[in-house]
Amino acid sequence: MNPSFPPLLGQAVALGMVAGVLTRMLLLSSDYRRYPSLPHGYLTHLSLGVIAAAVGAAAVPAFVRGEWTAVTFLVVVATQFREIRDMERQTLRAIDEMALVPRGAAYIEGIARVFEARSYLTMFTALVTSGTVVLTGSWLAGALLGGLALLQALKLKTGRILGEIATVREAPLRFEGPHLYVEDVYIMNVGLAQERELLQKHGRGFVIEPRDARARDALAEPGQRQAILFELVNALGLRKDTSEPFWTPMLRKNADTGRMALVAAVIDADPAAMRRVLERVPVLESARRGVASPAGPERGASKGGEEAAWPK
Amino acid sequence: MAEVAPRKSILAMVTTDRDKVAAGGGAPVFYARDEDEAQHTAFLLSRILDAMVHDLENGVLILVRH
Repeated sequence: MNPSFPPLLGQAVALGMVAGVLTRMLLLSSDYRRYPSLPHGYLTHLSLGVIAAAVGAAAVPAFVRGEWTAVTFLVVVATQFREIRDMERQTLRAIDEMALVPRGAAYIEGIARVFEARSYLTMFTALVTSGTVVLTGSWLAGALLGGLALLQALKLKTGRILGEIATVREAPLRFEGPHLYVEDVYIMNVGLAQERELLQKHGRGFVIEPRDARARDALAEPGQRQAILFELVNALGLRKDTSEPFWTPMLRKNADTGRMALVAAVIDADPAAMRRVLERVPVLESARRGVASPAGPERGASKGGEEAAWPK
Repeated sequence: MAEVAPRKSILAMVTTDRDKVAAGGGAPVFYARDEDEAQHTAFLLSRILDAMVHDLENGVLILVRH
């Protein structure tokens, strides 16, 4: 280290790095969805997290010493983050091409975006921490503010889930001739009698009722529906094989009521487990609707008539 | 495969009623003596073609790749 380098700046960089790496570690949790996959996915993202933390932590001390080229490093690292997004997108897309039930492009974009954003959060926490140490001259203040930034980052970790915008309940399957229904929602036309029997036996039906007009629009988004189907079969196992398209899980909408109905045949067909999984499906950022809609968020509520049947 | 908006094409038709389908309509037509044979032929075709069988409710079954 440069002999003229003040110890305070050293402390700032060290503390900033610790805070940054800690942020990345805490944000990098794999859950029942098994993504990122251990251990290589972890390794990639932790390594990039260390780099992000290092750059974030070094930025303010560098500025203090008049090293304006530090800006360039921030830009370079931001480019790397975009590459993270690209990397995740390409990996997931490649996997999706082979999948019996794919994640869908909307879900993949969401995941890729989150990976990019979390790298920024890592850099930001490191920057806030080391910056505070430099500006206040107290590592305690840095640790405190860094902790706050970390908490803020963790708050962003959990997005909204399906259970918050809709109610999920089991509902029986019903055939009218070849036509499969769940309550009043048409699902599909099944031509073979034996497939109808199999579906009746192993398929489970669920009704997803949006709580308001915004939730209805989010649920109607095909990307969101695909994410719901993916999470369900990913958690509980899919009965379908490649030559048996009738097992394909389906999620359909009744346009009059906004109610969605799902039919799926999973290996672990416990209705309570299926409901729990469905309620925990993330609401995709790209599926969120309503706030900026020119028709206004309450456009469904003002019409009256059939809208009166709307779940409130 | 589980897309909400699939690209579909009719790969084959199985029917007990020759009047309902036109030969040369773009997809092979398989004639069946009765309902049972139609179901069985459609089943075999669906497994061979990885296709879904749909019932047009007029004695015609179509095999669709979704």
